[in-house]
Parts: sequence; structure tokens; C-alpha cells
Amino acid sequence: MAVPKRRTSRSKRNMRRANHDKVTPVQLIACPKCGEPTVPHRACASCGHYKGREIPGAKKASKAD
Amino acid sequence: MRHRNSGRKFDRNSSARRAMFRSLTANLVLHEAIETTDAKAKELRRVAERLITKAKRLGEVAYTAQDKLSPKDKARRLHVARLVGAYIPRFGVRTEKGGDQKKVDLVEKVLLDLAKRFASRPGGYTRTVKYGPRRGDNAPMVLIELIGEGDAAADEGEKKPKKAAAKTTVNSSKKATAPSGTEGVKAE
Repeated sequence: MAVPKRRTSRSKRNMRRANHDKVTPVQLIACPKCGEPTVPHRACASCGHYKGREIPGAKKASKAD
Repeated sequence: MRHRNSGRKFDRNSSARRAMFRSLTANLVLHEAIETTDAKAKELRRVAERLITKAKRLGEVAYTAQDKLSPKDKARRLHVARLVGAYIPRFGVRTEKGGDQKKVDLVEKVLLDLAKRFASRPGGYTRTVKYGPRRGDNAPMVLIELIGEGDAAADEGEKKPKKAAAKTTVNSSKKATAPSGTEGVKAE
């Protein structure tokens, strides 16, 4: 069975993880209506508005992440 | 490889999938706006809009009174009504704001109301607004709605780049009337 010849160094391990295992933070914007932080392109979870109109059911629908 | 395969399967066999989209379409027609997952809404667009387009191809025949139609047009209308009726149930019951139950003829709504409303719109009769992930399975939820008559002007205003400050005031006055078509939304 093929086995690694050398233990992966901390540097190599971290270099690998730095790229494809990275976690990108959730981008948040201030809701133009109420100013609360909101995920872009979603109805605001705190005031239920999107693009200047109230979206029915939006206020409770989104759980905060 | 996923070459030339379109659509989603939703882990259902074709009859369960068809049943699901039938009821989603019927509910969309009945309530004007429904809450569902993003993936289902995206598939629902194809299904629901094709149904409306069928009615739209009749032109004015779809929404003129029976006694004003020629026998040929009556037959054409009947055929389309049957095509639509083959996909969605004939009747749906909607609870109005006061708690009253209202029975709606869905097939006639597609022909009379929707075919007329979307006569000048080249496809794209629905809009989705994203809600965010659902508690439980984290599925992205959306509101999918049939675009209302008052929305057309507001839509065009939004698409144009926000240059003039005057534009926004025009928009806000229109938006006040815009959500009128969304009264029948599922409450929870």
C-alpha cells in the first residue's frame, strides 16, 4: 500500500488549508430601510422590506446566521 | 456528465414531481404569491409560465365574453381551457383577509385574468424575493409571486441605474400601489 514518506510539515498543511479550505465571511449590508445588517439580495429579516416594498412573511422567515 | 439534462428531480419519481408542481402551480395562481424553497420556485417558473403562455396565445379570445366569440374561437378557447384544466385543479379555495372563504375558478382565472394581465409581457410573469435559510434544513426560502399590474412601472424604474434623485420619488409613489397583487400570501 502506498504511504506518505514524510510527515506533512505545518507549513505545507497550512498552505493547503489556506486555499481550498478557507471560509469566506458572510457579506452583510445595512438595510436601506431600517439600517440593520442584512444579507444582500434577501428580504431584510428585521423589517421585512426588499427593494422598497414590504415582503409578506419575510420578517420571521429568516433565521440569523 | 450533466450534458443536455435540464431541470431538477427533487428526489421524486416523475408522478410525484408532477403532482408537486401541479399543486404549486394551482396555489400560485390561487394566492398570487407563495412561499417555497428557492429550487422549487425556480422550477415552478417554467411550469407556471408555460401554462400562462398557453392561455396568452389565444390573444383576446381568452378574455372576451362567450357570446361575442365566433364558433371557431369558442372551440379554440375551450381547447386551451381544457389544456390548462388538465394541469391544475378547476377550483381553489382562498381565505380572504376577513376570514371569508372564496372559491376561485383557477382555469378561468388563468384565461380571464392572467392572460390579459400579461398580454404585453414577453414571458417572465413571476418574481421571486429571497427570504433566507429555513430553520430545520437550512433550505433557502423564497416568495414567488405573479407580477401584478401595478408592478410594471415600478419594475422599469428599478432596472434603470439610480441616477436622478427625482426618479426615486416617482418610484416610491408607485411602490405604494405595487404590492396590491400580493394580498393572498400564506400567513405562516
